[in-house]
Amino acid sequence: MFIIKYKWVFLIFSVIIIAASIVAVIIFGLNRGIDFVGGTLWQVKGLTRAEIASVIPEAVIIPESDGAFLVRSKEIAEAEHQQLVQIFNKISPLFEEQRFESIGPAIGKELEKKALTAFVLVILAISLYIAFAFRKVSRPVSSWKYGIITIVTLFHDAIIPAGMMAVLGYLLGVEIDINFIVAILVVMGFSVHDTIVVFDRIRENVRLSRDPSADFSGLVGRSISETVARSINTSLTLIIVLFALYFLGSATLSYFTLVVLVGTIIGAYSSICIASPLLVLWRGKGAR
Amino acid sequence: MRYSRLIFVLILLFAIAAGFFVYPKGVGNAVLPWKLGLDLIGGTHLVYEVDMAGVADEDRLSVLSGLRDVMERRVNIFGVSEPFVTTSSGKGSYRIIVELAGIQDVATAISQIGRTAFLEFREINLNLQEGDFISATSTHASGLTGKYLKRAQVLVDQTTSQPQIGIEFTSEGGKLFENITAKNIGRPLAIFLDGQVVSAPVVQDKIIGGKATISGRFSPDEARNLASLLNAGALPAPVQVISQQTVGASLGLDSLQKTLFAGLIGTLAVMLFMMLYYRGLGFFASVALLIYIVFNLTVFKLIGMTMTLSGIAGFILTIGMAVDANILIFERTKEEMKKGIARASALEEGFRRAWPSIRDSNIATIITALILYTFTSSFVKGFALALLIGVLVSMFSAITVTRTLLRVFTRKQ
Repeated sequence: MFIIKYKWVFLIFSVIIIAASIVAVIIFGLNRGIDFVGGTLWQVKGLTRAEIASVIPEAVIIPESDGAFLVRSKEIAEAEHQQLVQIFNKISPLFEEQRFESIGPAIGKELEKKALTAFVLVILAISLYIAFAFRKVSRPVSSWKYGIITIVTLFHDAIIPAGMMAVLGYLLGVEIDINFIVAILVVMGFSVHDTIVVFDRIRENVRLSRDPSADFSGLVGRSISETVARSINTSLTLIIVLFALYFLGSATLSYFTLVVLVGTIIGAYSSICIASPLLVLWRGKGAR
Repeated sequence: MRYSRLIFVLILLFAIAAGFFVYPKGVGNAVLPWKLGLDLIGGTHLVYEVDMAGVADEDRLSVLSGLRDVMERRVNIFGVSEPFVTTSSGKGSYRIIVELAGIQDVATAISQIGRTAFLEFREINLNLQEGDFISATSTHASGLTGKYLKRAQVLVDQTTSQPQIGIEFTSEGGKLFENITAKNIGRPLAIFLDGQVVSAPVVQDKIIGGKATISGRFSPDEARNLASLLNAGALPAPVQVISQQTVGASLGLDSLQKTLFAGLIGTLAVMLFMMLYYRGLGFFASVALLIYIVFNLTVFKLIGMTMTLSGIAGFILTIGMAVDANILIFERTKEEMKKGIARASALEEGFRRAWPSIRDSNIATIITALILYTFTSSFVKGFALALLIGVLVSMFSAITVTRTLLRVFTRKQ
């Protein structure tokens, strides 16, 4: 199986991308949105950029589709909001408020804490579950190693979209909101799907084999080639739907969809090209 | 195998009935209409922080629930179809969350809901000179407040045709009012609302019966709002908006239409893929997918789930996942057929042997959905719930429905 044969190529490729993602996150930072740090996000229509800037000079103004603008600024209280609406109404009769979100810093901090808790819990729960599901397979690789490798691939699948968002944040001012965290968690859930399919086949082949230790890397390679079509297809159906959602769906969801889309593609790749080779490598450290 | 036909007929009948039930027009809508979230029909999600500084520790929870009741009564004034008012507390912070879906004038609603509406009758200090301003410092509390109010209504002054507010006190309040007026004959009695003087009529005689009128310079709208607020009761503690998410109705409708269209195209593309790749088997998986969509929507509707944009997005994602189980089963079937087993038994074997990996992989998503549901706030909860229900229903549709379809239609071959 070429994936096992060329495992170093895939592993080094992933290491480079992960390193690049980590560097991007460190250098550019994640642009935390108002969900987490508080502030106001305003989507308005019927005004020009200059008109908005003249009323709220400190705001960041980003053009949206069909002539609308996203206006980001520090938190605007309701009374001030109403005054601004009146001013805008005076400037242009076409003024329309499409969306107004104002979040206090206290709420943002709480949400950030909750999101982190959820993130850690998902990783823990999924890993424990994998270790449990594979508890009967202890030869030649103990079941907890399946769990650890699943965590490694989960991180792999989470860090790369995070790096992408850091770059997008730097280039286009895209912000990380609660939807990003949700997207990452969903990607983790999906990525585990494919990893399980391959691991499940390995588990079955180990059971069928008289002496699984003899040619474990051959057994893993065979398991991958037996399951590669279904791994790709299960991800592909999701990717089809995500493509439709990204190109045709509401703009409000576009970054959420993008993160899930990229994460799903990376998740499929990591399940096939990273998880199983790692299993072979780890087992290689023991008695051969 | 004989039962398969019966199950098939039952599934088909249920699917048709469910189809009518979930269709947004006609019979289904009359029986139980869809609930759409405020991000789709427009509306606002407000989080109020309650200032409990003036409330003793042990009373705080009861004040919070009292506040909730008052705010809910106020929300009802705005005729919101299904207002949602709830509380959350922890670590010294007390909050009220208000969701108003399908409301036109958000600004007025926000200002009215958060208004304290504290009505107070204050006696004028004895040292007050003629011509001095009446203010909080030149008056003192009489003990009569909005707490003793039984009912407020809008009246029209017979002579000036100005709107007034007629108030009626409870029997206890009526007695208080009688004492206060008796004490202050010939002197003004100041009426304060939220710390501002509204009027200060001079008491002509002691008033028995517990009725009074407030004549400020109200516009008819103001008078109506004020009467409703007084009837709803004053807020027992001041509140402040700390988070607001408002979506205009036009943006909501646009999001809904685009996302539904994306879902439709995505579904058709998945069906096309399944039919191209798995041919006949793919056709049955596609039929099962349609049945999945109808059944899933039925569950959403039956549990009274409010459909939000994120909920719909979650549901559309599950459409891409629902056929995963079919893919696993069909791939397994192909393997069995390669071993030379006949198609029908290869299929049965495929269903049986694909089950452990279907179960394991779905449990991972169920875990994710449950954690998301527990640890996040309203909008994400909708997504998590849709994901959870989707995974559960898809296990049924991809396995039971597809298997029944295949048993019924491959028998003859």
